[in-house]
Amino acid sequence: METAFTPFASLTGGAFIGLGAVLLMLGLGRIFGATGILSGAVFAESRDELTWRLALIVGMVLAPGLIFGVTGAMPALTVPISPTMIVIGGVIVGLGASLGSGCTSGHGVCGLSRLSVRSLVAVPTFMVTAAITVFLIRHVFGG
Amino acid sequence: MKHLYALLTGLVFGTGIALSGMMDPAKVLNFFDVAGAWDPSLAFVMGGALVVTFFGYRLVWRRDTALFGARFQVPTSTTIDARLVGGSALFGVGWGIAGFCPGAAIPALGTGHWEVALFLAAVTVGFFLRRVLSPMPAKAAS
Repeated sequence: METAFTPFASLTGGAFIGLGAVLLMLGLGRIFGATGILSGAVFAESRDELTWRLALIVGMVLAPGLIFGVTGAMPALTVPISPTMIVIGGVIVGLGASLGSGCTSGHGVCGLSRLSVRSLVAVPTFMVTAAITVFLIRHVFGG
Repeated sequence: MKHLYALLTGLVFGTGIALSGMMDPAKVLNFFDVAGAWDPSLAFVMGGALVVTFFGYRLVWRRDTALFGARFQVPTSTTIDARLVGGSALFGVGWGIAGFCPGAAIPALGTGHWEVALFLAAVTVGFFLRRVLSPMPAKAAS
């Protein structure tokens, strides 16, 4: 299925993502990594570790509602894969991102902008394995 | 006050995810499908985010502490090990299968699509699995 090329919306959205990361560092002194925020909330050992992460997550979840309120339309979301594949993919994402200490936001946005050596290794690694996976599913196994 | 600030910060980030197209698995998977229905939009997401963060972080770090008094907690490890490479490789495989990553899925939950909740539940199972397989406390860098 083709999707429209949206350079301006994507660049603007990316700038907001970056702004969110900068605001979190400015206010709370933390890296905006979704894996760390989610797992930190799930495994929080104190109330203080939990509450700011929950507040952040609530704000994130409210965003599509804000977009709907302003534009009258929810952001586009099409899931082209089966529930089974979502579960398999999700478990692998959770396992891999927590083993590798980060995902697209933590290593990608925050890590690369800090020129972290670990992120400079992690990001090309997951970009390449993601591309290989999509290639295998779509063009080799014909999913 | 700190929590309201965190909530608004999440709202800014989530709005960015929504505007950018990152929360749409169809678009994410097409970004990786260089040999097929390639949609290079997501390179612009990363570009926009990196420019703002690169300069924004450096401005913020001129301060001694964060606004709410905390010191800046930035990962300092430079260790490249099997855990980092293997974990990242696995993450890419899962991302390529599902089309969602955690930072996109959390805001996507707000669209009300049940698949997003299923994905995030599976991610949480993956977190538990990591704890079972390797109980060493991995300090999440991100």
